[in-house]
Amino acid sequence: MNYFELFALPSSFDLNVNELRAKYLELQRAVHPDKFANASERERLLAVQTTAQINDGFAVLKTPINRAEHLLALAGIELAHEHQTIKDPMFLMEQMELREALEEIPSCDDPEQAIIDFGQQIDRHISGFEQQFLGLFTAGDELSLNTCADNVRKLKFMLKLATEARELEERLFGF
Amino acid sequence: MALLQISEPGQSTAPHQHRLAAGIDLGTTNSLVASVRSGEAIILHDSNGVGSIPSIVHYGENGVSVGLEAKAYAISDAVNTVASVKRFMGRTLDDITASHKELPYNLSASKNGLVTIETRTGVVNPIQVSSEILKPLIELAKSTLAGELDGVVITVPAYFDDAQRQGTKDAAELLGVKVFRLLNEPTAAAIAYGLDNDQEGIIAVYDLGGGTFDISILRLNKGVFEVLATGGDSALGGDDIDQVVSDWIIEQSGYDGEHSPALQREIMLLACRAKESLSLQDSTELTLNLPCGNDWHGQLSREVFDSLIQPIVKRTLMACRRAVRDAEIKTCDILKVVMVGGSTRVPLVREKVGQYFEQQPLTSIDPDKVVAIGAAIQADILAGNKPDSDMLLLDVLPLSLGLETMGGLTEKVITRNTTIPVAKAQEFTTFKDGQTAMALHILQGERELVEDCRSLARFELRGIPPMAAGAAHIRVTFQVDADGLLSVSAMEKSSGVQTSIEVKPSFGLTDNEVASMIKDSMTYAKDDMEARMLAEEKVEASRVHEGLASALQDDAHLLSGDEKSQIEQAMAQLASAHAGDDLKLIKEAIALCDTASQDFASRRMDQSIRQALSGQSVDNI
Repeated sequence: MNYFELFALPSSFDLNVNELRAKYLELQRAVHPDKFANASERERLLAVQTTAQINDGFAVLKTPINRAEHLLALAGIELAHEHQTIKDPMFLMEQMELREALEEIPSCDDPEQAIIDFGQQIDRHISGFEQQFLGLFTAGDELSLNTCADNVRKLKFMLKLATEARELEERLFGF
Repeated sequence: MALLQISEPGQSTAPHQHRLAAGIDLGTTNSLVASVRSGEAIILHDSNGVGSIPSIVHYGENGVSVGLEAKAYAISDAVNTVASVKRFMGRTLDDITASHKELPYNLSASKNGLVTIETRTGVVNPIQVSSEILKPLIELAKSTLAGELDGVVITVPAYFDDAQRQGTKDAAELLGVKVFRLLNEPTAAAIAYGLDNDQEGIIAVYDLGGGTFDISILRLNKGVFEVLATGGDSALGGDDIDQVVSDWIIEQSGYDGEHSPALQREIMLLACRAKESLSLQDSTELTLNLPCGNDWHGQLSREVFDSLIQPIVKRTLMACRRAVRDAEIKTCDILKVVMVGGSTRVPLVREKVGQYFEQQPLTSIDPDKVVAIGAAIQADILAGNKPDSDMLLLDVLPLSLGLETMGGLTEKVITRNTTIPVAKAQEFTTFKDGQTAMALHILQGERELVEDCRSLARFELRGIPPMAAGAAHIRVTFQVDADGLLSVSAMEKSSGVQTSIEVKPSFGLTDNEVASMIKDSMTYAKDDMEARMLAEEKVEASRVHEGLASALQDDAHLLSGDEKSQIEQAMAQLASAHAGDDLKLIKEAIALCDTASQDFASRRMDQSIRQALSGQSVDNI
């Protein structure tokens, strides 16, 4: 399913999230199961299924990483459930360093500040990869698309680090 | 039953009828019913002017009583007087004995381990007890609105899991009442509050009731109530406050004799009264009549009380922090904090919540009524009484759903705070060569280990063609509807042989238990099962007929002449089946209508989507 088509939006990474949200709410108003409370069983089921699709489409398009993966899937590069590894030694080295930094946070002088700094560092990496993806995907040739795919794989690593940082925060500060 | 009216093809159907609908707040401590009358949602009062009933059921020698009448037996016949049953909903006997030290009941377990209560009139389960509480509320709605109800909206804590939701819905369905929707309590409060104030922006609803705690973060915008995140604890509330105060009383009194059910009840009631008076004064006097003949006198100050309940308040604030983070907002983004539930009257709760959110929480609206009011507003809309309403509720799944995988681990299929309805599929494979069946275990919760999550259902997928380990592709689809209720289907797809199964995790009651519950239910003592099924099928037939008639009136242009006449024929057959009393014929006619209109329904849905997307700009949202 092409979610850009479902929302009648151009297939682009650089998507106007406000416009997406507006279309999402319009679609919800039209098909939400609450509009079919008195309809037949079949129509109610259809409403649940259609709304589920719209919700999924919104969740995919609103998050940059999922949007990127969806764009690649539409271009014929399926990243879900793949077992491809990253062969970029620089990136892997950087990952190791970031991991070490994360592990050291609990034992440093001001863990609360350290975790905030770490989060910001990860965020900078993430937006860097997103910027790159935008340029490369617009180019659209095979080489660029393959680099885009690599980009998404790297983004996943970064997001995983971000999640672990949040979990650490939860353990350290009790929330 | 009156004959069903049918208009000529192409002509308008009957004028719009006002449908009767009600919203019910089925609370741990008190329950109430509200309805929209002359455009305004109001709490319904009985002939004595009472607007809410204690959620207590007494199984007496001369029958069952509910509410105030039942409460009178709370001490004298504690074993047969069930209070706070909401805390038992969807729970096993082990859950209950682990979390409640002393309860004045004789508890037992159903075949699947669910908690049941032994009363003098026999063993009852929490669904049946809840059904008894709903009965007078529904009767009150019927008599006040003067007619049969088309449907109700029942509120549930946002943090209720699938088993607790299903149990609540079943309690209403035992009475033969159509449940339009299960509505999350904080969302209901937001409706009552938001529509009243025409508010826009992000609000937090802090709902601490008698037995449950919810925190919901919502974005309100032009009639859209979008839940960003929800959190809570479905076993944390005023009852827990009473419990810590009771423990303190026992400790202070030095009593170490036997705790009879009556004494337990008495201490709990004393603790509850002390809590209530400490909301108004700084200190309260306590007197307890002990069985040894010596009375105990004591004093509880606000200061000591606050220190006793501090851990409870802290637990709620931790849930708030998590919800704020899940919503991906900061506390300073929150415009207002709305307080709901009787336990938000406790001064320490107000103080701490205010500190955490850095603002004075709103306590101006009656925390006991706001949920029922919100439910009534939604019931009115769902009944179809407000076709022009632009209200839209986008709620979320409170707890992640997943499956057990090898090694006793949970694989999440849908994560918490996903907007519902939602459908997600995930693929799994076989573990051994030649494996032809697979046991699927469905779980709800955030923890990694299966034993830490709630088990919702188990089912087996059979008929997988023998293949090497890892070669089969089993696609498991989870679908959650707008009530937050789950259905699961599984399919083996690699070999082209498809096996599919549909499961409705039903709180672990066996089919026989469900059937005997319906038989036992007092409402149908006179009628037999078949009469009830016939009546229900006739209602469904009218619904299908009415729905098709109005669909044809609006969208006949989507059909070819042949297709249209096929649907009309099916409708005619349905009308004649409806006029008779043959259950089988009615079912067949409904199925025929369903098949004939299958393509029509999806074309109409596509058309709605196209219309929604055309000719609208960002500005008018």
